[in-house]
Amino acid sequence: MDIELMINSFPKLLNATLITLKLLSVSLIFGLFIGLGFAILRMNNNKLINKFAYGYSYIFRGTPLLVQIFIIYFGLGQIEYLRTTFLWVVLKEPYWCAIIAFSLNTGAYTSEILRSAFQTIKPGYLEAGRSLGIPSKIIFTKIQIPIAIKQSLPAYGNEIILMLKGTSLASTVTLMDLTGVAKYIISTTFKPVEVFIVAGGIYLFMTFIIHNVIKYLEKKYGFQT
Amino acid sequence: MKKLKVLGLGILISSFLTISSIADQIKIGTEGAYPPWNSKDSAGNLIGFEVELANELCKIMNHDCTIVEQDWDGMIPALVSRKFDAIMAGMSITGERMKTINFSQGYADEVASLAVMKGSKNEGLKTMSAINLSDVSADEQATLDVLTKAFKGKTIGVQTATIHQNFLESGLMGNVKIRTYKTQDEVNLDLSAGRIDAALAAAVAFTDYAEKSGKGVVLTGPTFAGGDFGNGVGVGIRKGDSKLLNDFNAAIDKARDDGIISKLAIKHFGFDASM
Repeated sequence: MDIELMINSFPKLLNATLITLKLLSVSLIFGLFIGLGFAILRMNNNKLINKFAYGYSYIFRGTPLLVQIFIIYFGLGQIEYLRTTFLWVVLKEPYWCAIIAFSLNTGAYTSEILRSAFQTIKPGYLEAGRSLGIPSKIIFTKIQIPIAIKQSLPAYGNEIILMLKGTSLASTVTLMDLTGVAKYIISTTFKPVEVFIVAGGIYLFMTFIIHNVIKYLEKKYGFQT
Repeated sequence: MKKLKVLGLGILISSFLTISSIADQIKIGTEGAYPPWNSKDSAGNLIGFEVELANELCKIMNHDCTIVEQDWDGMIPALVSRKFDAIMAGMSITGERMKTINFSQGYADEVASLAVMKGSKNEGLKTMSAINLSDVSADEQATLDVLTKAFKGKTIGVQTATIHQNFLESGLMGNVKIRTYKTQDEVNLDLSAGRIDAALAAAVAFTDYAEKSGKGVVLTGPTFAGGDFGNGVGVGIRKGDSKLLNDFNAAIDKARDDGIISKLAIKHFGFDASM
């Protein structure tokens, strides 16, 4: 075991962790909006809209994240027409390709988490609102959304942790995130065990933080039903 | 009971020992993604210059060989952790790698070159046709200066953990943005998609891709040898495995004398890259 290599690689890996956190936070923000949008579409009574939203979550939850990244990065890059459009400005950059793939992926899971949270809201809450004459828009923003967020906290916490680990796939499209830099150090030192232990430790620490923040939020805002 | 256990263990261990000594079996690791050195056909069988050469060398050594596939970036760790016994994967003999593993004598020359897309400003750069970095002359320095100017701030793609990456990182070509890929296929894809301005790899890796894909990938600038580019391609072998190393060295001598290496090189590269 090369302890010196572990110590030397730690600052480099920590630096790369910033890219990992950036990928994670940006994708989660986009994913949350996408997820909320599609959760609302899923509850629409129009069959076509409903099917469309279901199809989206079905496709992105049913295919590996790696395949999605490859289709967006290498696949779309092969379409010559696309390279002449303004879309190429975004798709040319590996960073944005990764963000698009991660956001669409986490958006699909988030939409399912939120949909089930909305659907478990007891009808009594909505009826109470309506009987008080509260407009349905206000019922949605002030009653349904807050309850849904509370309901979905545990499942969403899991999704954040899964996404954190998912960002390691960014290294497959040339991004130097935590995994990418770990692989790079290994490629020059040929010592995978030491470097992956340090990188794994950093992932584990981030998971520990996320897990505890969610636990705290659950305690503070969640309720037992 | 304890004695019985020890006895059982002894029998188990000795049976393993006899198995490994009866069949003189060795495993050779290759990438299978670096045509024409080594690649796969549409059915998934390993093919290419090194796959055929490995079989010829094994015939000479009278070893029973299996060729296994391994991702490039894990090639040396896999050899060290005994996933296989030898590497034949277009791997150049460099001082950096020699710190971890041994190499047989070289069996072929890998000529590196830059490639750009047709119509690029850097197509057909006026430079020397070949430079050797072991001993840089004034003319060669002038060529490096031309490259430094032409590719200043440009993004150049390379496969990760290669001599090509080491060369770009050495700064001899000045300030370029390096983008590293897991396989050469991915470098070629991004070069033809226009995500990177140029790429650096074995010249034959580009000409082979241009021919098979019909994409306008063209070589530009000089070919590189020496220095970071190492001293030819050899068989990577674990340190301490001196018997296997000697076997390979003798087999390469024989294959060279019999003209086998030249014949295979001409078949796969179109020219005699044997050494």
